[in-house]
Amino acid sequence: MSARERVVGQVANYVDERTGAAKWLKKTLTKVFPDHWSFMLGEIVLYSFVILLLSGTFLTFWYDPSMKEVEYEGSYQPLSGLKMSAAYASTLHISFDVRGGLLMRQIHHWSALIFMAAMVAHLMRIFFTGAFRKPREFNWIIGVGLLTLGILEGFLGYSLPDDLLSGTGIRIAEAIVQAVPVVGSYLSFLIFGGAFPGEMFIQRIYVVHILLLPGIFLALITVHLMLVWYQKHTQYPGPGRTEKNVVGYPLMPVYMAKAGGFFFIVFGVTAFLGAVASINPIWIYGPYNPGQIGAGSQPDWYMGWLDGLVRMAPPIEAYIFGYTLSLNIMIPGLIIPGIIFTGMALYPFIESWITGDKREHHLLDRPRNAPNRTALGAMSLTFMLVTLINGGNDLLATHFDLSINQIMWFSRIGIIVLPPLAFVITKRICLSLQRADRELVLHGKETGRLVMLPHGEFIEVHEQLSPERAYLLTQHEQLPALQANLTDESGVRNPKSLRAKVRARLSRSHAEQIAKPAASDLKELESGQH
Amino acid sequence: MSKELTPLSDPGLSEHVHRKADVDPQAAKKAERQVGILFLLSVFGTLLFVYAYVGIDEDSFIFLPVLGSTNAHQLFLGLGLAIALFFIGMAAVHWAKVLMPDHEVIDHRKEQRSKDEERDDFVATVKERSAEAGLGRRPFIKRTMLLSLGLVGISPILLLGDLGPLPGDDQKKTNWKSGTRLLTDPGDRPIRPSDLEVGGVAQVQPELAAGKVRHLDDIAKDSVLLIRIRPEEFNLDAKRLSWTYEGIIAFSKICSHMGCAVALYEQTTKHLLCPCHQSTFDVTRAAKVIFGPSARALPQLPITVDSQGYLVAKEPFSEPVGPSFWRRNK
Ligand code: HEM
Ligand code: FES
Repeated sequence: MSARERVVGQVANYVDERTGAAKWLKKTLTKVFPDHWSFMLGEIVLYSFVILLLSGTFLTFWYDPSMKEVEYEGSYQPLSGLKMSAAYASTLHISFDVRGGLLMRQIHHWSALIFMAAMVAHLMRIFFTGAFRKPREFNWIIGVGLLTLGILEGFLGYSLPDDLLSGTGIRIAEAIVQAVPVVGSYLSFLIFGGAFPGEMFIQRIYVVHILLLPGIFLALITVHLMLVWYQKHTQYPGPGRTEKNVVGYPLMPVYMAKAGGFFFIVFGVTAFLGAVASINPIWIYGPYNPGQIGAGSQPDWYMGWLDGLVRMAPPIEAYIFGYTLSLNIMIPGLIIPGIIFTGMALYPFIESWITGDKREHHLLDRPRNAPNRTALGAMSLTFMLVTLINGGNDLLATHFDLSINQIMWFSRIGIIVLPPLAFVITKRICLSLQRADRELVLHGKETGRLVMLPHGEFIEVHEQLSPERAYLLTQHEQLPALQANLTDESGVRNPKSLRAKVRARLSRSHAEQIAKPAASDLKELESGQH
Repeated sequence: MSKELTPLSDPGLSEHVHRKADVDPQAAKKAERQVGILFLLSVFGTLLFVYAYVGIDEDSFIFLPVLGSTNAHQLFLGLGLAIALFFIGMAAVHWAKVLMPDHEVIDHRKEQRSKDEERDDFVATVKERSAEAGLGRRPFIKRTMLLSLGLVGISPILLLGDLGPLPGDDQKKTNWKSGTRLLTDPGDRPIRPSDLEVGGVAQVQPELAAGKVRHLDDIAKDSVLLIRIRPEEFNLDAKRLSWTYEGIIAFSKICSHMGCAVALYEQTTKHLLCPCHQSTFDVTRAAKVIFGPSARALPQLPITVDSQGYLVAKEPFSEPVGPSFWRRNK
């Protein structure tokens, strides 16, 4: 035993005698993780969060969350002598007078964008592969919570510099709060400590941005990962992969090296963006003043959909008993987002209600094999795409020489017509992919090689699929639709018959499939060919 | 649709294919060198970072294609950091891929659900222990406990009530009164009708009582836009026309939709446009909404001139300015 081994052994012994960690660690280090590029999306979310913690902490050392009016005396000449909030002045200070300060601000902002983008991509991976099914519904809900809070956290973050652009964003958020029926004005006065913009807002959202929400993120992310650990990762289907096993690489050393290395890669790429790609140049916008505005005001992209919805809302307000109901703000700003996020959180339960499937699932679906779900996802994405297009309508109008009017009407009609269209088209595509799979398994791959048969006819040679590939294309199960149970045993009409009918109808739509080939089909074919 | 058919059989995990470095010591040696070089590239990045920190002046700018004029100090700090981090990552991943074992391992799953005996045992324990606490038998304790726990939450909520004052009438009031002078913003000078040419626009704020300082809260409600057109171009009823002065008309600059500053005036069409959500208001028709999501016209400020010929408010706004709220019309 070398001296080094002896020291390490003693330390390990010391710790284990006090914690009993050896047994648990042994299990942990040999834990198996399946490997797939799409499993890295969640990792990017985690790593960006760590980068946000590190770069954000750096920023707190100079940032001053105060709306006190100061005169700017820093080194950025164009704003010299201007009156502005201490928050804005300190952000200028970070950008121009702290070494690496601008770099850190840009890293922080870029990693916020990557954090959100990776979260959306991760969520799409979970959705389209059905990874949210039992037993992983809790993690799905935590994910939806993280996404919602992420949007809020990002919004609060870019409000902190207190520049003209972000101040305008706060003004709009305040109008949404005011639009809440009955208590809106009270809420707004509580939040702002009086009339907008007041003198409290920045210091309040600062605490939320750097303490409250990051704390909640940390807690949610911890539970999220503990559940992944405990429930073990899902895996893509394939030869040797079943509902009862996990196939992959052990944590130590392969996965540790890959995941740890990947953290540095994400950090490196973010630092590169922070170095070369300017983002949120607040010195160009100037300090916030409610009587001024910059042209082409745009929020960060993860808020853009909300802005797009608000922009396309019809100009209606209702008055009941003399009270004002701002429908043009409530519908796009409160009701539709509420429906979207609630619907998203409940989706696992809705799907299992429709299919009647209450079993555990650890093998992922290939998206084509769940045509309804995939179509629903495409439909939601189309909805979001239309809102995003409308959120950038002023930019699109100037870039493509369109009128805002045209884009607005495109969006107002498109938001109703295009999502259902996307549903129908996607479902068809899924079914034809299934048909193509069936063909492949039954008749093999086209090789493009032609052979002449003895009697002169040409046929194309088809190459048999490998057993691995054939298994992959046929391993999924095809659940039958639920039958509507409209009458009970004695033949009396079931009082819940409407619900049952709806369920049966949905279930039928969900179970629409191209029958996959079975072993017997292949045998038949073989004997037929000979 | 699906009948009970025998599925194709699972051929099992595919044969493990050895990598070059697994069998050829030469290749393994080469892979080792590659990993080492990647780590060294990271070291180079850190050196670059340190060089930028001490060696590049904070105010030096360089011109780069695509990026334009860029602060060299920040740029090279960033590039150094990026290189240092990125290549640690690349080295570790490359190491894992070419040298660490690439045998797939199989682990087994068990169902999440506890076994029936375990569940029964759990339920029995909970029942037994809660019986020991005796909550079921002592309803008085149970009720008072719930009451006290419920009420104790009131204290922090009460305290948080002081986060802000009650709105009262605050949302409905501005600093505009009858006779308040219009001051240019910026500049704070009183303004005569002749200062504004036909086709011109000016932003104004109300003159405040001596000693009162203008806060952002004031600007958020008081900002007014003056626009001058030819009087015959107005398309207004008699009352609204009497609120204008020699072709000058005054509107709240705070958008009636969500409160942005309505800043874009198009002379030819005489439209005011809010850049936030493109609500468009027709100046000749008392800022009626002709496009966009806003449901109401911009409030009009009645104006006239005082004895010295300066523009003043004739009356306060007749309605609250800015976005709607529940009690707006009360
Ligand atoms: C999920 C987490 C987070 C997101 C999405 C986020 C997002 C943002 C964004 C977009 C900005 C504006 C940056 C700019 O362009 O100037 C910002 C500013 C800021 N953030 Fe964060 N952030 C997060 C976490 C944190 C944490 C954990 C801290 C501190 C511990 C922090 C501290 C700050 C500070 C001090 C500023 C203002 C300084 C400045 O803007 O230069 N952030 N944040
Ligand atoms: S705030 Fe003016 S259009 Fe929305």
